[in-house]
Amino acid sequence: MQQAINALLIGISNGFIYSLMALALVLVWRSTRVINFAQAGQAILSTYIAFEIVTRTDNFILAFIGGVIAGALVGAVVEILLMRTLFKHVSDGPVAALAPVIASLGLLGLIRSIIGMVWGNDQKPFFPPVSTNGFTFGETTVPFSRMNLLIVLGAATVMIIFTLIFQKSNLGLALRAAAFQPEIARLAGVRVGAIRTIGWIFAGAAGAVAGILISPNDAITPYSLDSLLIFGFVAAVIGGLESLTGAVVGGLTLGIGLSFILTYIGTSLIFPATFVVLALVLLIRPQGLFGSKAARNA
Amino acid sequence: MNGLTVKDLVVDHGAITALNGISFTVEPGQLAAIIGSNGAGKTTLLRTLSGLKQASGGSAQWLGENILGKKPENLVRHGISHVSEGKSVIPELTVAENLALGGIWRKDKKDVAAVTKEVLELFPRLGERLSQRADTLSGGERQMLAIGRALISRPKLILLDEPSLGLAPLVIEQIFQTIDQLRHKLGLTIVLVEQNAMSALRIADIGIIINLGKIVATGTATELINDPALHAAYLGY
Amino acid sequence: MHSLRRLFLFIISSLILLALSLKVEELRVYQGAQIAIYALGISSIVLLTGYSGQVSLGNGAFMAIGAYSAALTQIHWHLPLFVTFIVGTFSAALAGAILGGGAARLSGPYLAGATLALAVGLPTLANQFTIFNGETGLDYTAGTPPTWFGESFTLYKWFFWIALINVMLMMFFLRNITSSRYGRTWKALRGNPVAAQLSGIQVGGSKVLAFTISAGVAGLAGTLLGMIGFVGPTGFGLGLSFALVTGAVLSGVTSLAGSMLGAVVLVAIPELASVVAHRLGDTERVTSNLPGLIMSTLLILTVLFTPNGPAEQIRKHKARKQ
Repeated sequence: MQQAINALLIGISNGFIYSLMALALVLVWRSTRVINFAQAGQAILSTYIAFEIVTRTDNFILAFIGGVIAGALVGAVVEILLMRTLFKHVSDGPVAALAPVIASLGLLGLIRSIIGMVWGNDQKPFFPPVSTNGFTFGETTVPFSRMNLLIVLGAATVMIIFTLIFQKSNLGLALRAAAFQPEIARLAGVRVGAIRTIGWIFAGAAGAVAGILISPNDAITPYSLDSLLIFGFVAAVIGGLESLTGAVVGGLTLGIGLSFILTYIGTSLIFPATFVVLALVLLIRPQGLFGSKAARNA
Repeated sequence: MNGLTVKDLVVDHGAITALNGISFTVEPGQLAAIIGSNGAGKTTLLRTLSGLKQASGGSAQWLGENILGKKPENLVRHGISHVSEGKSVIPELTVAENLALGGIWRKDKKDVAAVTKEVLELFPRLGERLSQRADTLSGGERQMLAIGRALISRPKLILLDEPSLGLAPLVIEQIFQTIDQLRHKLGLTIVLVEQNAMSALRIADIGIIINLGKIVATGTATELINDPALHAAYLGY
Repeated sequence: MHSLRRLFLFIISSLILLALSLKVEELRVYQGAQIAIYALGISSIVLLTGYSGQVSLGNGAFMAIGAYSAALTQIHWHLPLFVTFIVGTFSAALAGAILGGGAARLSGPYLAGATLALAVGLPTLANQFTIFNGETGLDYTAGTPPTWFGESFTLYKWFFWIALINVMLMMFFLRNITSSRYGRTWKALRGNPVAAQLSGIQVGGSKVLAFTISAGVAGLAGTLLGMIGFVGPTGFGLGLSFALVTGAVLSGVTSLAGSMLGAVVLVAIPELASVVAHRLGDTERVTSNLPGLIMSTLLILTVLFTPNGPAEQIRKHKARKQ
């Protein structure tokens, strides 16, 4: 019983991180119809910048803010420089449909190489701002620490802010309109190009939050967020790429599910398990939990 | 020259020339009905005027300023609204959100509120359905919503593409009456593309008949209605 | 009599290359084997993506399946080398058929994500089951070259000869199949799947066939790679899948002949990188990351400006001039 509770707690904490990454992927997918594999690169770059700040100033809050701003900026730069050029130049041929995928992979590799050159490929410990010791209740210690609490609160805050923006604000209305029907939105006066960039900015920020929150448990390397990309992608697919709510639900589901596998079976089955989950979802209900059938044909 | 002035407009659609040298003028405050059979180029004309499509030659001006090659979202800010054919509302958004979309770009929020109120008075059925998703509306209601949203931008020129498409005859009558009313009340200039030639000409000042990318006849609406040759060829009887 | 002439060409070029290998220094011979193997791996992508229009970021995993199954049959069943090649090819092909069956319904980004998950996930299995021997990997050998080749015939030359002959055989097969009606079917599929289906083409079956063959080809490439290197999880990770796609895009994803070019680029870049690194200060950070930097930049530029390969740009340019 205790094991199950532990697994659940760890799963929730991880799940929120996966949700954030899934959110970032869904945001870009909805606004640009691209799966941005470079999201992992953007997130790890933001994390390294946060790492740099916290190493120099010992101020986690400052590092957090700096990293998120960096993530937002990188997102904007990537959209403006890479994606717009891509859509202008690439017209047809077998690679045209795959071009954004391949370009984002190239970008991922590029960002990782640059990080390696600037900071090195070795593991850098990212010291957690709060304790990573589990909370104790009387005699039992649960594997849920202040850090995990910070993760859950941080991720939840981001999601609440996003929901408010998307559902209640004019900006959110423009974002949704541009994602659903870009042509009609343009005819209504929405600057769809700028709105797309804002979508990427939000996604960049979300990815940065995910990276910065998950890294203090471990050391960072240019590759440390690669697995997060996979988990985020699978979470997004589980939720159905079209829905922000789906991203959150998908993340939590995956997080808890994987945590149970980790607890009861063992670490090295995590990726194969993830792959099996992905395969099952794509075979049984490809539109995800919240998607509609029409939406899945990219 | 004031109003909408189109000169020698040429628009290509891939290898096909959709519009081959179109010229016409619509004075401010006039309603021009553009008539023609399917594939004549009417929709292409509107899409080019609103910036969704690039012209390959010729010119178009509104109130003395060039409007070709501009982005649609910019033209909205210059007072040109295009209600496109078939789908001009966003089905996944509510009625209220669709309407609000028309006013996002505007700075004068008080006026946005005022004109939204006017639109709801004009189309009370929309007011009853504010929180419903737009895909639950009937065809006629969607058309009203589309026109309503366009009005919230306080346009001076409205491009209407086949508003009667897929609507029942009674509803079509209502829509045309509304368009006529609006035009007189707000002093709008309207370019109305229609297959339903008679209804369009009845509320129009001038008519332009297009076939295979060229203008084959122009004149005042009354002239066209009464011309027997045109009747046979283009007006169906 | 196209295929007879083609056969002739393949045989002649093979003989020339084999002869050359006797004259060239050892490092180049080894690199020659690498190039041949990468060319084969890249052509698996050309077949899958360039011809049937499906993306795979996981062909490195198929290479792993090929390598591991070949190695296991050699170690536990003592099968002769060439038989293990066949085992490697077919076990990968089987995996490809299974994956292809599921993949036939997936489009672009979903397929990309699924194969990405495969590429990341499969190597981790090495640590799960003891038979795979974890990080140390398996010992897969080509044995010593037969004595009748003479004293000066080194191990690397043996590698090169085995690799080249197998690669040439497989490429010949690929060349034939892409110009056959299967190839035409794939091209039709890639261009316009709806039209293809309407004209009676079995879309699903055709896609699965492409996946199967592509995986089998990758499996052989993986087997050969394991032979000249070692069979362990690190050599077959995401980086390998990524390198294959990069090589394919760089050389023109629709061109089988181009895969040779792509392979040369892949092998040449680390060399080029170390030259540049010397100039830039030769620190470990620079040397280990520069190859990745160059490859990624090349990939982005290629995809932006010549997504279908340099040949297409030249053709477009000529057409415009007229």
